[in-house]
Amino acid sequence: MRILAIVKRIIKQLLRDRRTLALLFFAPLIILTLMYFFFNGETEELVLGTVNVDVWFTAALEESGVHVIPYEEANRETVINNELDGLLMVANGEMSLILLNEEPSASKVLSAQVRTAAMRLAAEPEGRPQEITAQYIYGNEDTAFFDVLSPVLIGFFVFFFVFLISGIGLLKERTSGTLERLMATPIRKGELLAAYLAGFGLFAVVQTIIVVAFSILVLDVVVAGSVWHVIMINLSLALVALSLGILLSTFAATEFQMVQFIPLVVVPQIFFAGIFPVEGLADWLQAIAKAMPIYYAAEALKAVMYKGLGFDAIKGELAALLAFAAVFITLNLLVLKSHRSL
Amino acid sequence: MEQAVEIEGVSKSFGKKQVLSDISFLIGEGMIYGLIGPSGSGKTTLIKMIVGITAPDAGAIRVFGVNVPNLELLEKVGYMAQADALYTELTGKENLDFFASLYPLKSGARKKRIAYAAGIVNLTAELGKRVSAYSGGMKRRLSLAIALVHNPKLLILDEPTVGMDPELRLSVWTELLHLKKEHEKTIIITTHVMDEAERCDIVSLVREGRILATGTPAELKQAYGAKDLEEVFLKAGRELR
Repeated sequence: MRILAIVKRIIKQLLRDRRTLALLFFAPLIILTLMYFFFNGETEELVLGTVNVDVWFTAALEESGVHVIPYEEANRETVINNELDGLLMVANGEMSLILLNEEPSASKVLSAQVRTAAMRLAAEPEGRPQEITAQYIYGNEDTAFFDVLSPVLIGFFVFFFVFLISGIGLLKERTSGTLERLMATPIRKGELLAAYLAGFGLFAVVQTIIVVAFSILVLDVVVAGSVWHVIMINLSLALVALSLGILLSTFAATEFQMVQFIPLVVVPQIFFAGIFPVEGLADWLQAIAKAMPIYYAAEALKAVMYKGLGFDAIKGELAALLAFAAVFITLNLLVLKSHRSL
Repeated sequence: MEQAVEIEGVSKSFGKKQVLSDISFLIGEGMIYGLIGPSGSGKTTLIKMIVGITAPDAGAIRVFGVNVPNLELLEKVGYMAQADALYTELTGKENLDFFASLYPLKSGARKKRIAYAAGIVNLTAELGKRVSAYSGGMKRRLSLAIALVHNPKLLILDEPTVGMDPELRLSVWTELLHLKKEHEKTIIITTHVMDEAERCDIVSLVREGRILATGTPAELKQAYGAKDLEEVFLKAGRELR
């Protein structure tokens, strides 16, 4: 079986190239960890200004570690000028919370603690449920950095490293003359491509599992939905990266030229991946986003990991990813044709 | 005699540069056919067309009566490229095994062929080493072994003896002559070493994408009144001007 022979060869080659293996498996973990620390920095003591909040509530807040500073009168400017994390005001029995939201993670904690305190008091015999309206000075309630970021990052690293290593793998075959040499054997192009997809795909599977497992077990990234769906999405994305990497390697003459595709092909995808909100962009930019594979993977990963949605919510995105892969694989077959007409 | 290779009016240009112009010749089965010429004369392009890696702009090539390119045909062709196309992370044996497994060979037969091919190029003792540790000459020998490994009827060798010491060159030539005589292989070989050209049954002198002259070494020397092929080459070249 010719495909199997090539797959075995690819595996042997990669297993002997320790540095590439390390890049594939550990580099994403290191970068993910760094990102984790940057976006989840230790929060300092939260400072909350209050206006007209009763002692019970204040006590409940202080108990949960929030530093409370009562004001006679306060507004948004008070929050900014006094570097408060938030301001809780009671007027006509209505509670309203203004959050600075400079650090989304701090706002999240503060908002949660205010609500917890409100709920605890509501559970008291004379308590009553308290509606709290929240306003944000910067950003909005959806900004929660690492939670939103981690699904996107996981997808991105899987894409990036699989793209680079499969692309350079085939490129090496081209520059060393072995690709031409293979064309002098009775191998079909389809077999060669299938073998490449399978050989590098195997490493992509291992990488995906390592990255996802590391994120969940070590970095405590929350997966609200099914882990299997996360892996399924990442594998579809890896297939896209694999076929795109192999395709683009056709247009590179050296490893350096392959690296030049990173700012052209990979970096723009970060911008459309959902780290920055796509919804607010101009229509034509949104149209570009829809042409980016990572956009779909990021949407699906966010749906599963952050929003905890099921398979129904991601099947559209999965189909889009597989469609990308199908297009790239077809293009690969067409491009490989230029070497031999079979 | 059956024709192993038929080349009819083949031309090829890369961009504006005409590499081969209207080349036609026949190669009979069971002979060693030499393509002699300086580098850049178009020998390698011609060879790649016979293998079927490069497509001609015009003309047709048939190998064993079958139009090139053809996948089944490639099972009968052993090709050794000018540049060593080897997987340097793998050992010599793994390289041989990989290429052998691309052909329809049973596993037992494959092992025998690998041992045989490695023996011919005197690499048996070095097969367990990674190719990255091989010298230039060893890589050439491994490439030659790979060309032989599936027992092809037609051997196409692009400058096979470059970087080999005289001793090894001699043994490779002895083996090529043996393959021709005992196993009725057809061998196409390019070289720019004139004493190797003398050993071919028929040689074609190639220069600037044209064939200057074709014949047995003796015929050519006689026709040009030259004492060796080198002189034939010089005289034929001057006539071209």
